[in-house]
Amino acid sequence: MSARPVNQRAWWLVLPVVLLVAFNAVIPLMTVVNYSVQETFGNNQFFFEGVKWYSEVMHSSRFHDALKRQLMFTGIILALEIPLGVAIALAMPRRGAWASACLVLMSMPLLIPWNVVGAMWNILALPDIGLLGWTLNHIGIDYNYTRQPLSAWATLIAMDVWHWTSLVALLAYAGLSAIPDAYYQAAKIDGASPWAVFRHVQLPKMRHVLTIAVLLRFMDSFMIYTEPMVLTGGGPGNSTTVLSIDLVKIALGQFDLGPAAAMSLIYFLIILLLSWVFYRVMTPAEEGA
Amino acid sequence: MARLRLEGVRHSYRAQPAQDADWALKDVDLEFEDGGAYALLGPSGCGKTTLLNLVSGLLHPTQGRVRFGDADVTELPTDRRNIAQVFQFPVVYDTMTVFDNLAFPLRNRGMAPDAVRSRVQEVAALLDLEGMLGQRAAGLTADGKQKISLGRGLARPDVNVLMLDEPLTVIDPHLKWRLRSKLKELHQRVALTMIYVTHDQTEAMTFADRVVVMHEGAVVQVGTPVDLFERPRHTFVGHFIGSPGMNVMPCQVDGGVARLGGRAVPTANRPDASLAGRRTDLGVRPEFVRFADDGIPVRVARVSDAGRHQIVEAHHGDQVIRLLLREGESVPAGAAHVAFDPAYTHLYADGWICEARA
Repeated sequence: MSARPVNQRAWWLVLPVVLLVAFNAVIPLMTVVNYSVQETFGNNQFFFEGVKWYSEVMHSSRFHDALKRQLMFTGIILALEIPLGVAIALAMPRRGAWASACLVLMSMPLLIPWNVVGAMWNILALPDIGLLGWTLNHIGIDYNYTRQPLSAWATLIAMDVWHWTSLVALLAYAGLSAIPDAYYQAAKIDGASPWAVFRHVQLPKMRHVLTIAVLLRFMDSFMIYTEPMVLTGGGPGNSTTVLSIDLVKIALGQFDLGPAAAMSLIYFLIILLLSWVFYRVMTPAEEGA
Repeated sequence: MARLRLEGVRHSYRAQPAQDADWALKDVDLEFEDGGAYALLGPSGCGKTTLLNLVSGLLHPTQGRVRFGDADVTELPTDRRNIAQVFQFPVVYDTMTVFDNLAFPLRNRGMAPDAVRSRVQEVAALLDLEGMLGQRAAGLTADGKQKISLGRGLARPDVNVLMLDEPLTVIDPHLKWRLRSKLKELHQRVALTMIYVTHDQTEAMTFADRVVVMHEGAVVQVGTPVDLFERPRHTFVGHFIGSPGMNVMPCQVDGGVARLGGRAVPTANRPDASLAGRRTDLGVRPEFVRFADDGIPVRVARVSDAGRHQIVEAHHGDQVIRLLLREGESVPAGAAHVAFDPAYTHLYADGWICEARA
């Protein structure tokens, strides 16, 4: 058996992607892991601390509160945007000029940058001169997002629903468009009510795109930063301080690198875990066809 | 159950049909007897599916009426017409079990759970689906799914007519014949009017008692498979049905006698009206052409083997005449003569058969 020497030079072809992944993901993540287990007092001096920061973050009520706010925000967002997006998709015309017009109209909010959305709503909702804020106060609703947590939350949620429901609607619309006419015809012949058509034809056929919609909206809303930052800066009090705002306060405001790094990693793992849970729940195991 | 009638039905997918080509269906008068097995046969785009959708109410005819028995159902929506339809691609409700799929149309109509159960069992037995009732429909093979679509139609006790729109298209070839014979058997057992749409003549001929042949939005012939074979009303039918199709040869008609290259050809029919200015053709199937000692002079161009038959291509001038001979029959080489069986040789004027008997 004479093994011919194998030409190993082909490995060079893998180098670009290795470099990309290294600089893009592995090195930054490892830097964070590195910070999360050390203490620093400046002057680039670091001391190993083990899991101290993790334990501190996990036991801090400040983290718990931010996490609760974060879960509540994401929960409300999903509960509103998913059904609303599906409803809009169902109501959109299937073909013709109106279908195109609707698609363009629905895409508009998606093209607006986060901070612009925040600034727009900030001005719109100003209680004294903003169109929305002024109107609400004049019809007798006490509304002031810089003073009342409820107003701030309502504004944040309205903003996110306004910005992102389109995404869900467009995805659901794509799912609906892929259903062959024969299904609707068969359902008609079988005497199915509109609800039965939705429940047994449209919803099952939309399941894959809805899984994607839920995952995207979950991840995005769980990492929301810009809008509450622009609108309230996390206030009034701490009432809109969600995880990412809290994280930035710790990391850049207080410059506590260790706890911030530990918190980042915990934050990352929570997103990973919840995404996995969503994915498993929405994709039945025996799916093969 | 009732007789199904289409009266002067025309349909156009355009809002303002102006010319002939705008009509997907041109003036169709058809009657389907109660309990009959029908096939709608024609090439793609001939209007078969349009006709089917008019019967099921998925389309509303531009003109004409649709009647079930004495009732005019033209304005009735699909779910009130008591029709069932099987589509080209199997439609099953993925999230439901086979049982729930079959029960779906019954439950939607408010049938009591006990009645639903016994009815579903009955249909499952008919379709050999008994062992799979608990399975999820999504996991079945294409023919299993197609059986479910069929079963949803059969389960309903109120169905007037069951329509099958090219139901074997996506079925594997080796399963096709099984499902096809199952359909035939079902028709005999449930005595339901069935309309089977297809562009495959074998499927149409094996399934149907009567075949409706369509061409460019019009019905060209309604008849038994034997009628279509022995006496095609239109040269299109002669062409479309049969393998190879009928020989269609331009001819002269002189004193009521057809002449091919000056030679008189006896036919089963003769002109019923003046043929002046009309195109006349002779039609004879390759099965009814024989080599003879005397007759139309031809030159044998090619012989191809088709299993138990051989197809001979002979030329009479520019005209190609095909013969279908049994395996092993001798074929003369070069110049020869052919003769047509007069009982199955027909005269056509502008494509349509001349109605008078010879």
